[in-house]
Amino acid sequence: MSVRSEPVLPALVPAQRAGRRLGKTALSENKRAERKLGWLLCAPAALVMVLVTAYPIGYSIWLSLQRYDLRFPDQREFIGLENYVTVLTNEFWWTAFGVTMLITVVTVAVELALGMGLALIMHRTLVGRGIVRTAALIPYGIVTVVAAFSWRYAWTPGTGYLANLFSDGAPLTERASSLAIVMLAEIWKTTPFMALLLMAGLALVPEDLLKAASTDGATAWQRFTRVMLPVMKPAILVALLFRTLDAFRVFDNIYVLTAGGNETSSVSMLAYNNLIRGLNLGIGSTMSVLIFLTVAAIAFVFVKLFGTAAPGSDDGERR
Amino acid sequence: MADIVLDKVSKRFPDGTVAVQNVDLEIADGEFVILVGPSGCGKSTTLNMIAGLEDISSGELRIGGQRVNDKAPRDRDIAMVFQSYALYPNMTVRENMAFPLRLAKLDRQTIDAKVDEAAKVLELTPLLDRKPANLSGGQRQRVAMGRAIVRQPKAFLMDEPLSNLDAKLRVQMRTVVSRLQKQLGTTTVYVTHDQTEAMTLGDRVVIMRGGSIQQVGPPQELYDHPRNLFVAGFIGSPSMNFLHAAVSDGKLRTAIGDVPIGERIRRELEAGDAPRELILGIRPEHFEDAELVDDDTRRRGAEFTAPVDIVESMGSDKYVYFTLEGERASAAELEELAADAGADFTGGGASLVTRLSAESTVREGEDRRVWFNLEKIHLFDPGTGRNLTLHEGRASGALGGS
Repeated sequence: MSVRSEPVLPALVPAQRAGRRLGKTALSENKRAERKLGWLLCAPAALVMVLVTAYPIGYSIWLSLQRYDLRFPDQREFIGLENYVTVLTNEFWWTAFGVTMLITVVTVAVELALGMGLALIMHRTLVGRGIVRTAALIPYGIVTVVAAFSWRYAWTPGTGYLANLFSDGAPLTERASSLAIVMLAEIWKTTPFMALLLMAGLALVPEDLLKAASTDGATAWQRFTRVMLPVMKPAILVALLFRTLDAFRVFDNIYVLTAGGNETSSVSMLAYNNLIRGLNLGIGSTMSVLIFLTVAAIAFVFVKLFGTAAPGSDDGERR
Repeated sequence: MADIVLDKVSKRFPDGTVAVQNVDLEIADGEFVILVGPSGCGKSTTLNMIAGLEDISSGELRIGGQRVNDKAPRDRDIAMVFQSYALYPNMTVRENMAFPLRLAKLDRQTIDAKVDEAAKVLELTPLLDRKPANLSGGQRQRVAMGRAIVRQPKAFLMDEPLSNLDAKLRVQMRTVVSRLQKQLGTTTVYVTHDQTEAMTLGDRVVIMRGGSIQQVGPPQELYDHPRNLFVAGFIGSPSMNFLHAAVSDGKLRTAIGDVPIGERIRRELEAGDAPRELILGIRPEHFEDAELVDDDTRRRGAEFTAPVDIVESMGSDKYVYFTLEGERASAAELEELAADAGADFTGGGASLVTRLSAESTVREGEDRRVWFNLEKIHLFDPGTGRNLTLHEGRASGALGGS
């Protein structure tokens, strides 16, 4: 929030001249009123934030510090960090964590490469620009669960066109192939989003810069790597941040495609299974808090270490 | 270094617009040529075609005797300076200047030596480790120049390189550019919409309008002998005055009195197909306060009296604006120039800009007697825009002897 300071009113000038103390109080009163107004103006938004985010987060943390299984409500008690020890020493948690990490890293990397290609195509297309852009965005417009079901049918032996085409077995019943299909579904669905974010970055590269590079003797590839990518870096980092945070919470595709079978659960799946299906509020909340902390750590790394700026706050003066 | 030849070069865009039409231009080795004209006249497109940033629709472009129509910009060995400077924001000044050399795969020591030398010429040495974001406009402009000169290319192409600078710095950089070009002796094509830059910088000036060349020549020649209305109106600041002139009884009736017609013009008018209405052009400096003119000079001109509208004292001289009765001159060229200047030429009736001596005691609101030089008058055909007084020994000697 920025509070614009008003110019000193003419009436205040003689007062300032008469005594420094008097002038000072007059000014600071003015400032104080402004500050108060500022707080009042953002109070509604702050209140909504507290209600919809801070309270649930606080409540999960509170739950995570208790033994609380709805099947045994009588045994509820405060046990400190014991739930965390249980989860962090559990083999299933680390398997799910590994699966989530793998999906995150692979899908984001592939999406970045494909998204960049798609963004370049959308940016450079001269004829039928509207159609090209619309077509490219269709996957992103389809509800994830619906898309996931269509992938499931496609890979189901007997009925699915892809299963019959590529294998004799049932790919969704084996770990490696299931994970590959989950990642494929994720990539198919979210590459357009990546492309959209990158296209905004491409628009930031001045045409003159590319012209200068070509007269300076750069090939198309050199123009891309030495001029476009560095200029686009802020946009790329924002896109990566968004997608990494999103990918780490992967849930619906796994839920529909494998239901977490064959050790394909993500951490979100695991938390869901414990919290909703297992009714273990303590352990489930602990997992939620751990996911929250991991996501916060990822965001921290991006913002502090790579210098990612929120869209719109980039002024071109940052290092 | 090399010469550049444009042989009937045209540019048609896919939507059918013709940006450049049959441009013939020979630029000698080491020459400094300015392309000037109002926006949309095709000057930048022409430059981009020389650079290879735009395809050539028809015609041939030769650099150093070699046809380069189909060569990529990077194979033409030319350096370009952009209006936006186009510095790479992620690189320091040194890296920016070294970029073309690194792409050319020169060794590190040579690159450093060349960059240091160019930096010294442009006084950029203390700024070498800064990023473009931390430089002033003038410094960025110099870095852009530095990036062009380090490579010692066959030619420099400059696309309005000074337009983003403030007025004072622009004048200063003008001399820098001029000195640099003379020092290096590299063929230079310079695009600008500013006629002052065109007049002060180039060996030769090419005036363009609507995709074709209007006139090519040294600045003074364009100023003294404009081939048509457009050139006459474009070159000079404040621009030439244009008055409606009706031919009758062997005289021209104008808002500043009757002007006698010279022998050659009379013959041309008598040929029959000449128009009965002409446009008379006269530059502001060819007027003088009648009180300050000696008898000898007085005989070479004529006088008129008109109400003074506005007086602008410049110190060295005075710009005095007069309101004149009668209709103002109209022609397609003049309308176009007015539109480009973003204003009506006269704003209603005919008006006159004069540049009088600083000693003149002229005051706003009074009626003043003004002398003008008959030898400096130009006559234009309003239909074709052609300058009828062009090919005489003196600018308009045949008009003299009133």
